[in-house]
Amino acid sequence: MLFTYLKRELSKRRKQTSVVAAGLAVAIGLVVTVSAASASVEKAQGTVLQSMYGIGTDISISKPGTPGFGGPDRFEIGSDDGNSADGSRNFSRTRFDIAGFAQALTAEDLATVAATPGVGGYTSTLKLNSITFNGELPDFIINQQNQGTQSQMPSGPGSQPNVSSTNQPAPAPSGGFDGRGGAAFDVTTFTVEGIDPSESAIGPMSTVEVSDGRLLTTADAGTYKAVLDSSYATTNKKSVGGTIKIDGVKFEIVGIALSTATGSSTSSNVYIPLDVAQKLSDHDGEVSNVYVQATSADAVTDLDKALTKALPDATVNSASELASSVSGTLTSASSLIQSLGKWLSTAVLIAAFLIAALLTASGVNRRTREFGTLKAIGWRSGRIVRQVMAESIVTSIIGGVLGIGVGLAGIAAVNHFAPTLTASVGGLAGMGDAGGPPGMPGGGQGPGRPVFGNTFDVALNATLSPLVLFTALALSLLGGLIAGMYGGWRASRLSPAESLRSVA
Amino acid sequence: MAESIYELTQVSKSFRTRMGTVNALDSVNVTIERGSLVSIQGPTGGGKSTLLQLLGGLDQPSTGSVIIDGAETSDMSEKSLAELRANKVGFIFQNFNLIPTLTAAENVETALVPLGVAPAERKSRVDAVLAEVGLSDRGHHLPSELSGGQQQRVAIARALVKKPTVILADEPTGNLDEQTRDDIIGLLEGLHRDQGLTVVIVTHDSVIAQRANVRLNIVAGRVSVA
Repeated sequence: MLFTYLKRELSKRRKQTSVVAAGLAVAIGLVVTVSAASASVEKAQGTVLQSMYGIGTDISISKPGTPGFGGPDRFEIGSDDGNSADGSRNFSRTRFDIAGFAQALTAEDLATVAATPGVGGYTSTLKLNSITFNGELPDFIINQQNQGTQSQMPSGPGSQPNVSSTNQPAPAPSGGFDGRGGAAFDVTTFTVEGIDPSESAIGPMSTVEVSDGRLLTTADAGTYKAVLDSSYATTNKKSVGGTIKIDGVKFEIVGIALSTATGSSTSSNVYIPLDVAQKLSDHDGEVSNVYVQATSADAVTDLDKALTKALPDATVNSASELASSVSGTLTSASSLIQSLGKWLSTAVLIAAFLIAALLTASGVNRRTREFGTLKAIGWRSGRIVRQVMAESIVTSIIGGVLGIGVGLAGIAAVNHFAPTLTASVGGLAGMGDAGGPPGMPGGGQGPGRPVFGNTFDVALNATLSPLVLFTALALSLLGGLIAGMYGGWRASRLSPAESLRSVA
Repeated sequence: MAESIYELTQVSKSFRTRMGTVNALDSVNVTIERGSLVSIQGPTGGGKSTLLQLLGGLDQPSTGSVIIDGAETSDMSEKSLAELRANKVGFIFQNFNLIPTLTAAENVETALVPLGVAPAERKSRVDAVLAEVGLSDRGHHLPSELSGGQQQRVAIARALVKKPTVILADEPTGNLDEQTRDDIIGLLEGLHRDQGLTVVIVTHDSVIAQRANVRLNIVAGRVSVA
């Protein structure tokens, strides 16, 4: 009888069933969407760290610049530099040095790392920035010569000045990109990472896969071979078998690498053998980053302390510290979801529970005569409470299932409409974004400047996990139980005599 | 001497309202013999429905003793009262009080639910009682699809299906036309006559009251035998 009565009530009182189920569906849908988005943001943060430091890396070491280190680098252009043509001078300058204003770690530092107890393995890289400054300036020598001809003074004693000449206006500037003395500059930057071709378990190569060609191998040491990041290669129309110029030297492209993390780039644009990178950048025997794997997960904390003590000038970061250094819109999205999203979900959920409880209680009130009659013919309060609770729970399950549907739609909307987020790793609060490259206007430097200054684009990929699914159904059941208990409690308090009298 | 089914001794019932305390029944002493056809008449607010609720175990007296078929109900628990109602009392209401979302047969079946009757037996008993009230072909209809008289027949079937000791009817023809009224009263009289059921009818209708073999008048909470 319970199921017959239940089926009839839910189907005949469709309006109330629909309102309660819809309210719960919206709330559960919001919770599902926010939970999935939150999980995807957390996953994206993990992805960024993996892309940056590699899966097997427990600790990373770098050496930040100190006050006075570096200084504003300049591109100095001499008046006779470059090629002169049509009154203009075209020139090109390239700076090729350690990225992120970091100092180099020496062979001695590497020996210290290797000798520290708890180090299970390590690899080192030399991360370099290639900044090429191409420009077109007016040819000052030709301009000067023209001016000299126009305003030539008599050289002999007693000579009269050439009045007509001096009264001539100075000739307009010529040359440059606009033919009137203007100047134009192009700046091209990309990151080059010298890697140990034999190491792929730790460091940047642990999170890449080959999309074309191959990765660097031990045999590539000392050769001018390069592997390009897939996004960089696509943007710059580079492919395997082609070449890329780094600091004026041609490298053969042997492979295109793809991050194993969905929606993320690899940590650098170009990878070349470490020894070649050191030679090109005049950093023989030096590196910029060291990626360390501890002997065990339990050893990470002690190893972190030991390395910090052994390398006082270096920055030693464990994986948990690295996680806190992620910044950018990804972090903003994370905090938005953590704060607003979760509060909004909670508020909507509470509201839905309250509405469900009130509507159930209201339904009980409307059915006063019905329940009074059932009590009059011998139904006990417990049976009526069970009936009310069963109706409420089934309604909430309907709401939960609909809510999962709403949640799936929400997840699809998040994946479709959410903008690509950026994550900057190693940024410091108050430092702003990357500024400009060294020597360029806006180029920052100095103490605390991030050593790893990479920015990643991360696409959100929200999915419905079993945990979220279970949580949604559990929440809907909870909503049904709360509403049913309240409605049932109201029903149990009905006196048969009073409920029949009140409607007589 | 015939066995009594009801013994009410010095029964009073009062209610607290916003206007003060209302004494619905005042020192009522009534004995009803098993198998009687009883009518209760009186003006509105005189205490008719309150008396019927005490007779049906829906309520308990403020003071005094109410014995139903040998059981004292004044100090019964709610659970025991529910059992008594489930087993011995069949109610018929002026507004029929059918569950609107259940069919006629399902409405009748609700009376068997608290008795723990097996589903197969329930169905046969429901079919039998619907046939008895002349609604064999209306079992699958919702109350809204039935006329007033048919709805009241369903209510009578619901009261009968449990094979009660007593039928309590509160203005059972109050919402029916004259022809239907006669049909329903005829049905109740038949149950009393053929099955020996005790039938208590609260009514304003003197015609119906005249057909009872025990006629009680209740005015201002005091009962007298006509």
